[in-house]
Formats: sequence, C-alpha cells, structure tokens
Amino acid sequence: MSKPFSPKVVTANALLEGDVIYLTEAGWSRDLKDAEVLTDEAHADLRLIEASAQTGHVVGVYLADVDIEDGTPVPTHFREDFRATGPSNYAHGKQERAKQEQF
Amino acid sequence: MYHYTDFDAAFLKERNAQFRAQVERRIDGSLTEDEFKPLRLMNGLYLQLHAYMLRVAIPYGTLNSAQMEQLAMIADKWDKGYGHFTTRQNIQYNWPELRDVPDMLDALAEVNMHAIQTSGNTIRNVTADHFAGAAADEIADPRPVAELIRQWSTDHPEFQFLPRKFKVAVSGSPHDRAVIKAHDIGLQIVEQDGTRGYRVIVGGGLGRTPMIGKTLYDFVADADLMPTLEAIVSVYNLLGRRDNKYKARIKITVHENGIEDIRARVDARYKLIRPHFGGVDQQMLARITSDFAKPQFKTAPETAYHQARQHDPAFRSWSDTNLAEHAAPGYAIVSISLKAHGKTPGDASSRQMRIMAGLAKRYGHDELRISHEQNVILPHVHKEDLPSIYAALKAAGLGTANIGLISDIIACPGMDYCALATARSIPIAQEIATHFDALKLEHDIGPLKIKISGCINACGHHHVGHIGILGLDRAGVENYQITLGGDGTEDATIGERAGPGFAADDIIPAVERLVMAYLDLRNDPGETFLQTYRRLGLAPFKSALYPEAQANAA
Repeated sequence: MSKPFSPKVVTANALLEGDVIYLTEAGWSRDLKDAEVLTDEAHADLRLIEASAQTGHVVGVYLADVDIEDGTPVPTHFREDFRATGPSNYAHGKQERAKQEQF
Repeated sequence: MYHYTDFDAAFLKERNAQFRAQVERRIDGSLTEDEFKPLRLMNGLYLQLHAYMLRVAIPYGTLNSAQMEQLAMIADKWDKGYGHFTTRQNIQYNWPELRDVPDMLDALAEVNMHAIQTSGNTIRNVTADHFAGAAADEIADPRPVAELIRQWSTDHPEFQFLPRKFKVAVSGSPHDRAVIKAHDIGLQIVEQDGTRGYRVIVGGGLGRTPMIGKTLYDFVADADLMPTLEAIVSVYNLLGRRDNKYKARIKITVHENGIEDIRARVDARYKLIRPHFGGVDQQMLARITSDFAKPQFKTAPETAYHQARQHDPAFRSWSDTNLAEHAAPGYAIVSISLKAHGKTPGDASSRQMRIMAGLAKRYGHDELRISHEQNVILPHVHKEDLPSIYAALKAAGLGTANIGLISDIIACPGMDYCALATARSIPIAQEIATHFDALKLEHDIGPLKIKISGCINACGHHHVGHIGILGLDRAGVENYQITLGGDGTEDATIGERAGPGFAADDIIPAVERLVMAYLDLRNDPGETFLQTYRRLGLAPFKSALYPEAQANAA
C-alpha cells in the first residue's frame, strides 16, 4: 500500500518583493492561514503546475507539508515555520507587518 | 586606497545599465526565472528565505568613510536600516526589493563599489588580512596585488563559468589572519634572498569536505604571479569535475589528482601562456601600489592614552582586547566589535556605520576594514586618540571589549535568512554570548574562537573554530554538532568531531561543560583553550561533553 498523502500547500516567493507567499483558491496570500490546503495528490500536482506557470509573478514554487490545527494549516517543519514567520533575530518580514497591522 | 580609473567607472556604468535592463525584462515577463537567475547571481543578487539579498563586494575588506556612509544610506533608503558583514569581508542587505536593486547598484558605483562576482561559479571577492598596511609583522601590504587580482578576475572571459566558485585570499604577514590555507588559492607574500615573491597554496577549503591547502610553489616572483594564477585557474577549469557539484571545488581536484600532477599541469600551462604576459600587469601593479602609499603618521604624546588606562577600567579592558600592534610608533590598530553580547554577529545599523565612518575620517586616516571575523577595523589610529574613539564607540553600542574572546563569534546567517541552511546560527551565537557574559567568565577564559555554521557549506568557518558548531536538520529538529581544535591561522587545522550532536536547548550547556573542563585542565591562565586541547587531545573534552556516556562506561 502506498503512503497516505499528507496535506500540503503550494508556496513560493513573490517576484518583486521576494516575500513568502501561499497559493489560495483565488490567487496568492502572504499568510499561511489563507492557503488552499491540498489533501488529494492529483489535485496538489495540478495546483503545483498551475502555480509554476505564473512565472511572471512568483519564483521557486513547491509543495510544503502542513498539519491542520483548528481548521487552519500550520507548518510541520521548522524551515516552513521560519518562512511563515520571519527571522528570529529581528521582528522583520511578516512579523513586522503583523505588528503594523495590530496598530 | 585604490582610485577608479575612467575605464573602471565606464565598465561599472555599462554593467549596471545591462543589469537594469535585465531586471526590467524579468519584470515585464521577457525573461523567465531560469534565464534571469544566472544574470542576477553574477550581480550579487540572491533570493533567500524571506526576501532577496544583495551581496556587495568590499574588495580585500577596505573601505573609506565615504563608502561606509554610502552603505549606510543604502541600508536606510532601500533596506531596513542595517547591513550584515560577512566572512568574505562583504556586506549583505537582507531585504531589498527587485525593482530597487539597479538603483542600489548605481548608488554603489557612485563610491566605486559593486556586487559583481559575489556569487556564481566565478572568482569571488578577493580577501586579505584585515590588518593589511598596518600590522607590525607585515612584509608588504597584500592589497595592491589583491586589487590586481580583482581587476584580472573581474569579467575574465575564460573564468566566468568555472566548475564551481573560486576564492582567493592574500596575506602579507607570516602570521595568517586571512585563513589563506582554507582558500582555493592562498597567497602569502614572502622574501627570499632579499627578493619579494609569493608562496602559492592551492586546494584549501571548508564546506562538506574540509581540506587544508597544499603548497604548490614556495616562491613565485612578482612578475610571474599573474601568469601562475592564470595557469592554475586554467588547469582547474579543464580538470575540475563538472559531473558532481560536491566534488567540483579545486580542493577535490587537487586531492584526486595529487599536488605533483597538478604542479606538472600548471607548469606546462604556464610555459604556454607566460609569453603573453608582457609586463602590463606589472605596470598596473606599480600604479595600484602607489595608491596604497602609507599615510603620513604623526608623532604625538600618548599622555591621554596612559591616563585613561590608569583611571578608566572599562577603557583599560577594551584596550587590552581590541587593540593590535601597529607598525608605526605611537599607533594602534583598533578592532571595533560587531559582537555586542546578545546582538547579531556582523550586523551594524546605519547609525553605527556613520559613526564608524566619522571616526575613520576624524582619527583614522579615512580608512576602515572589514575582517573575515565580522568586525570593523580602524587600521591607523594614534594612541592619543583612543580615549575619544572609545567614548564614541561605547555611546553607539560599539564598545564591546571582546575581540578574540568567547563572545567574538563568527556566525553565518543560518536559517533565519539563508535558503540553504539546515538550522539557525544567530540565536546560538546570541545565547552563548549572553550566557558567558552573565557568568562574567569571558576574560578569565581568554582567547577562544567559536565559529558557527548553519549548514555543511561552512560559511561560518566552523571547521577552523577552536570550538566549531555545525547546525543540522536531524529528523525535522535543529541539531548541533561540535568540532574541537580547529585553527584558521598559519597552523591551520581542521577541528575533530567530538561526537553526537546536541538539541538546540542542550548546546549552550554543552559549550559551558567544555569551557569549564578547559578551566580545570589548563596548566595556568596563560595556556589558551587551543593549547590545552593540543596538549591533552580530544578525550578529556569528550568526557566533559558526554558525562552520561562516561558514567555508563564506568
């Protein structure tokens, strides 16, 4: 029996800013919680191909594993955790924006 | 300092215009990422974990105050108000946006700087002893020849697509501060029967297969150096492996073929190309050398310096650790620590850059250096000015007295920024520094170099750290391996792996056990960690690191 397909999201970097982005049902988001969670392998492959075709907007498209907690995707690996959050030495990147949005 | 000629300025202008057009074509969709990537890499632009990263070359680590001020301006205008100084004496901006990069490159060109060949399979930024032109033990300033190598290697038509990247370092002193034995080519200026020449070392490198460089020639005369370098890179270009990225560096070529075989090939190639070097390189070197004339040193009293040492313990401590011996009487070389406890190693804010530039202008003959150990150097300072300099540095958070001590850590950006990293480096460095600062043991421990890499590529030089730390991904968890006894000086040694790695939470206590074991084991406070390690070997340190294994065996 083949291994069961673990949930995934399509992720990449935005061409202009380089920021980490996630494929949603409607387009792209900078927030992992908006990502379209892919639970079917064939559908995931299709979404990956569709996303990879958008070379004018995104760079380095790939599938990343996620767990589902309370209905939202969270990273399974620490690398994806850093991508979703930002560096740990300064509150830059996504953390910076999150802070600005709070005010 | 080297002054750009009209040729240099025109070359840079054209190159920047080309890259601007390439960026535009990428944004309008005419270029795919696959087409654009090699072009952006040739111009120092990476795509990292969270953003683009622009790596700017600081050739042989030398800057004047106007250049440092421009780096600060770029940090404020197009980045987040800081820059990260690297182990190749470069500066990296971690947050540029693609559209802004051509403007950043134009701003760099205004002060004779660029990002060319800071990436790609080319000859990279040439590094040199950061005390060049100032050190008391120096035979000759290595920077003129480093500049000649920069000009020769920049856009060299034969060497734009080497099997892999290629790094050259030059030292002008018997004491090696430029880690020349861990470079693809390491050059050491030597004297033989009153004539100046170079010891040529090849095939050193760190990364996944660390190697200490081997001497290819004990002595190459000045006039024969450029054809020799061209012959070496030429032989490597043909012989170096292109089938396997991990075996493509010249260290593997030398290892697999043997130094004698490489020497025979280089000799043959040299014979063929030597007639084409008609002496133009030597004329250029003479002109470059005149640009690096020593400053006019002054004769002045040192009263303020001695008084400050007597009355200000903080100044005394700083001057004990952060000064090095200068060739001119009354002068000192100042190392400004970018390793304040708990801060990111190698980072400087734009404000700090401006303050350092101002100090260089006012007290330091307008010169600054970046060290491969990620600190900033004021190479020519009269001792009388040291109290004023220290006061200004201290007020700017730059007065940390820790050069060469346990908190003066090299750390690569690691997984906080780098797309290749397998674990974080920066937080480990921050924790080690704050931990030993809190214990107030740093000065008692004495000289100790900790170097941290966040992956096997070893940008953090962990193999040549007295204590090396390598961050890995072990089954989805950050894990840190320790190597011991490494040394990056003229006695270059690759550290020995101590045993199984440690989880992130356990690495600081592990380092503490090592250091406590050293304090117990040393003959006297004058015996450094490395000397104690060399005297006793791995065993006692291993038992300190793994007390449980020791208990189980007993």
